[in-house]
Amino acid sequence: MTALRTWLLDDSPASRLQANLGRAWRVWTALLRNPLAVVGGLIILVLIVMAIFAPLIAPYSPIGQDLANRLMPPSAAHWMGTDELGRDIYSRVVYGARITLLIVTMVAVIAAPVGLVIGAVSGYFGGWADRILMGVTDIFLSMPKLILALAFVAALGPGIENAIIAIAITAWPVYARIARAETITFRDAEFIAAIRLQGASSTRVILRHVLPLCASSTIIRVTLDMAGIILTAAGLGFLGLGAQPPLPEWGAMIARGRNFILDQWWVATMPGFAIILVSLGFCFLGDGLRDVLDPKQGGKQ
Amino acid sequence: MSGLAGRAWDGTLSILFFALVLAGTFLGLLAITFFIGRVVPIDPVLSVVGDRATKEVYEAARQAMGLDRPLIVQFFSYVGDVLTGDLGNSVSTGRPVVDDLARFFPATLEMATIGIIIGVALGVPMGVLAATRQGSWIDQVIRVLGLLGYSVPAFWLGLVGLAVFYAGLGWVAGPGRIDIFYDGLLDPVTGLYLADSALAGEWDIFWNALDHLALPASILGFFSLAYIARMTRSFMLDQLGQEYVTTARVKGVSERRVIWRHAFYPIRIQLITVIGLSYAALLEGSVMIETVFSWPGIGNYLTTALLNADMNAVLGATLVIGSVFILINKVSDVLYRILDPRARR
Repeated sequence: MTALRTWLLDDSPASRLQANLGRAWRVWTALLRNPLAVVGGLIILVLIVMAIFAPLIAPYSPIGQDLANRLMPPSAAHWMGTDELGRDIYSRVVYGARITLLIVTMVAVIAAPVGLVIGAVSGYFGGWADRILMGVTDIFLSMPKLILALAFVAALGPGIENAIIAIAITAWPVYARIARAETITFRDAEFIAAIRLQGASSTRVILRHVLPLCASSTIIRVTLDMAGIILTAAGLGFLGLGAQPPLPEWGAMIARGRNFILDQWWVATMPGFAIILVSLGFCFLGDGLRDVLDPKQGGKQ
Repeated sequence: MSGLAGRAWDGTLSILFFALVLAGTFLGLLAITFFIGRVVPIDPVLSVVGDRATKEVYEAARQAMGLDRPLIVQFFSYVGDVLTGDLGNSVSTGRPVVDDLARFFPATLEMATIGIIIGVALGVPMGVLAATRQGSWIDQVIRVLGLLGYSVPAFWLGLVGLAVFYAGLGWVAGPGRIDIFYDGLLDPVTGLYLADSALAGEWDIFWNALDHLALPASILGFFSLAYIARMTRSFMLDQLGQEYVTTARVKGVSERRVIWRHAFYPIRIQLITVIGLSYAALLEGSVMIETVFSWPGIGNYLTTALLNADMNAVLGATLVIGSVFILINKVSDVLYRILDPRARR
């Protein structure tokens, strides 16, 4: 154990692997010292576990109807009560974790790389490429995100895939801005010049040397943006434009509970608590990551 | 003399540049709505004539809609239409979209304006207080409010608010802008019920409208409060850490004067940008809140149109909300540059 730690924390790592693992270890221990980041990480861990093991965790089927037990208040049998079709709300919330996780992961996987490449190309080449790409980015940045996503889903048609595409279209410009800002700071650095002199093509320089350096600030930003993505997705679901029934999407569940909000409050409020908790989790973790990975401090180490 | 002339020249140049950026951004917005309206749908003609139309009917409709022309020509004719105020007809209301939007906009404006007033009136003092008493309860409250502002869905808060304050406690009126009893009694002058009823001296209607406005505006206000308070706090902390503040304290200036005259004075300009941004965000947030409160504003119009697949209305509402959003953003940016002597150079 001690040997492993000394190897990880070695000031002059012998291999790239050792350096990377050492850095990961330092980030990890620093994160563990930040209580809020730990809480956030645990919430997201619970979300992931719920999504993977939903059939084992949920006591009932998320779509199985039981009309004899409609709109039952929270009880020992139904922790969060039942909805208007007698479905167990707790089971639906558990299965809903899958949809939420799918949406945030897909949006991040689509939007972050697109934004990163546009930003890195823009910052690396400068000139007209920069002006045109950043002009487009700024136009997207100055649009209201939710409205834009709504209009896109209206044209594409409701559904979970289209909701993901619409949110991704509104999410990429931030990452382009970040990648450009980062790229400009080291575009003229000597190590980039050295790589170029060795004959590396622009594509190689950007993919292998520029993008990895933008990674940490992008990871922070993606984590912080997750809460917003979850809220937008839930909003689309609430308006009936996201996941379609009978899928247990949290926003759509709130929309159905809307009709019963005055008497059967639990139908609409329970999925809301799930949304708040998960969004808070990402905020906490994002704040913690920012404290640990902050590029300015990372540069000094 | 040359300095003065130079400054005037710089001023003209920056106004021109601003106009250019603004025009470019609006053109971008138009390009996006055009793209959403004409390019994204699989076939806009089919949505008009239906999939059982004969080939002749289809071709005739295609030509009538101008879809046989090159895309770029279509785009510029679209821009021309929008500039002359033609957004097409709404399928569901049967009226021109422009007339609909003009009728619904005041309701949104009224709610968002009351919301931002609540946000500024509470958020700025709270932020200042939190900065001067770091770690105190008010500082913690602002931290928590800020986090909740990021993680609570607005539509959910609206529903819970209705359940608690309308159904449970009976403190506020329910959904809608006004009781049905008063509906249609008011001559629309400005379209803002509070202003119209006050102008007409109908105080019953005024209080009723305020009663209906209280909850949705407070919820919108909460989200801007959370943001404004957090930003005010961090701006104030920056200023309070500066040496001139220490100097003022050493000279024996009273703490109140140090806070409000010395430290708060320079951050007013930064706050303009923050308030502008959150006002624009409120207009966007009102889409969800209006749906929950059956508030007859642009947001409600937009979501109703979405469900009816009424694309002209959707794009019209997107254009209006987008334009106002862009305008507020850019204007607060320019105001910042005009007012801040450091950014002016």
